[in-house]
Amino acid sequence: MKIIVCAKQVPDTNEVKIDPVKGTLIRDGVPSILNPDDANALEAALAIKDANPGTTVSILTMGPPQAAYMLRECLAMGADSAYLLSSRVFGGADTCATSTTLAAGIEKMGGADILFAGRQAIDGDTAQVGPQLAQRLGIPVVTYVQDIKIKEGCITVQRQMEDGYELIEVKTPCLITCVKELNIPRYMSVGGIVGAYEKQITIWNENDVMLDPSQCGLNASPTQVLRSFTPPPKGKGVMLAGTVREMASELVARLNEKHLL
Amino acid sequence: MAVIIHSKLCKGCKVCVKSCPFGAITVENKVAEISAACTGCNACLEDVCPFHAIEKIEDEKHGVDIHEYHGVWVFAEQRQGKLMDVAIELMGEGRRIADMINTELSAVLCGENVEGLADDLIAFGADIVYIFDAPELKSYTTDAYTKVIYEAIMKYKPEIVLLGATHIGRDLGPCLAVKCGTGLTADCTRLEVDPEDKKLMQTRPAFGGNLMATIICPNHRPQMSTVRPGVMSKPVRDDDRLGEKICVPVSIPSIELRTKILDIVHSAKELVRLTDAEIIVSGGRGLGRQEGFGLLSEFAEKLSGVIGASRAAVDSGWIDHAHQIGQTGTTVKPKIYFACGISGAIQHLAGMQEADYIVAINKNELAPIFEVADYGIVGDLYKIIPVIMEELDRQQGYRGKGMDGF
Repeated sequence: MKIIVCAKQVPDTNEVKIDPVKGTLIRDGVPSILNPDDANALEAALAIKDANPGTTVSILTMGPPQAAYMLRECLAMGADSAYLLSSRVFGGADTCATSTTLAAGIEKMGGADILFAGRQAIDGDTAQVGPQLAQRLGIPVVTYVQDIKIKEGCITVQRQMEDGYELIEVKTPCLITCVKELNIPRYMSVGGIVGAYEKQITIWNENDVMLDPSQCGLNASPTQVLRSFTPPPKGKGVMLAGTVREMASELVARLNEKHLL
Repeated sequence: MAVIIHSKLCKGCKVCVKSCPFGAITVENKVAEISAACTGCNACLEDVCPFHAIEKIEDEKHGVDIHEYHGVWVFAEQRQGKLMDVAIELMGEGRRIADMINTELSAVLCGENVEGLADDLIAFGADIVYIFDAPELKSYTTDAYTKVIYEAIMKYKPEIVLLGATHIGRDLGPCLAVKCGTGLTADCTRLEVDPEDKKLMQTRPAFGGNLMATIICPNHRPQMSTVRPGVMSKPVRDDDRLGEKICVPVSIPSIELRTKILDIVHSAKELVRLTDAEIIVSGGRGLGRQEGFGLLSEFAEKLSGVIGASRAAVDSGWIDHAHQIGQTGTTVKPKIYFACGISGAIQHLAGMQEADYIVAINKNELAPIFEVADYGIVGDLYKIIPVIMEELDRQQGYRGKGMDGF
């Protein structure tokens, strides 16, 4: 079986702070990481490989040259090969343009039986690229997958819903987006880390995947950012003081005053 | 390409480097460069460069004839024959936008034997309800819903399509957008209309809620958004409103349905009614242990409130994810939000700072939650909450809202 995992290198948004004076993002020291849901996607692929000898797992990303670090990490976890779509013309892509570029990369890789992606990336939180990629490739998609069972080319998955799950059957080739409940991603092994540096990372630009610059990046993005801003902080309120009894009493009195209780 | 540096104007001062949320600007040989990590977010443009060396160049884009597209559509998501709350919220928002651009509001209703819901949608503001009724549409599947709604969009050409950002809307929206060749903005928290050109301005949190971005879709139609549940207000029902129902013939060849639902399993736990709650008592890492939610439940019960939680409490395994509030959980706007032992990470604030009143109880007086709290109490929540409950009893013989009826 041939599996491709789509992943993204993202800034660890949990580490991002806002400069309280300037109201701007503080990026210094914020590490770049493998997007958490994508780690679950890779783990799902590697688990299938463990159970089915002969399976190959390739990892694909679009990003700047530094994204190669993340690909090495994926190789060290156990992926067989890694592909990086990198070019200045891919920059500024919205989800629509990103899915076009990834689809071109996957075509060039010769497609796959199963494509895995994370549900969403923590820098954008859109959850759009997975289903859009499936539409472009003309294959079925199941999003929010929290459990996978494979039997003779037929895949049964649990699709997470707000209040439970749906049990869904889908045939290969297909695309599956993964949530964190699906599994616990493995760590890189020492052997894997050593091996990762012996494996090649293939880097392709728009010419390699036969895309015209007009089909890429900002040029091919229907949506545009009109402006971006840090959310205005809500004004600081009243700090209550005194003994526990005094504070509790004042709080209840103040909420009562406003007819909130 | 989009954002460029005029290298002759650039002095290499690096001011712009820090302005970029995506680390896309580097300075080499005293000249700034923008890498492919640029998302065109404009953060470096507004008064950042003292030398005006950064500029965004708009390329000529090939879109569609936008004047062919009219009307606002709302995807009226139903499950088991019941409209989702977010669908009703979107009827209110859709009505507001349709009135601003002087057009009609239509609801798109898919399901089996769902015609009865059309009257509700009209009462909530729809001028037209397009009904797609077929056994294949009883429960959502990506292929069936995408097919029938895509074909209807091509036929009727709406200028705006709004969907709830549910697990279904966030699956359907992207598929529709690619098929229609248009853009989609995910998880919007605010929609506005540009007073000059009537375009939809869609504002959403990004970067874990650290950054808000206003997105437009200038040259493609329809303009599509998914909208976070619980953010927009529900409209007042008016059963005297009149509207038109249009049953759209549906034909779905089974070969086009590539996934099959074998079973739908509802978890034993009730869907936590956070989005409608007027009072939420929420706990975080500062509880220190699972039993802390026992105290919070008692407190919430007294106030007829609902229990919420921060991601830290959920990740600690103290409470189910269904209670999680924040960027990756539910967005809420209750009248009162009690944040107990919650430090106030930006991702959490993104989900609750629209509350009318925020009360924060935390041991750490430097916790960021106090920056947004209307009332802050520094101290041990295990000592403070029982006394607050006593005060509730004492000050008005408080028996809880649910019991005295108002």
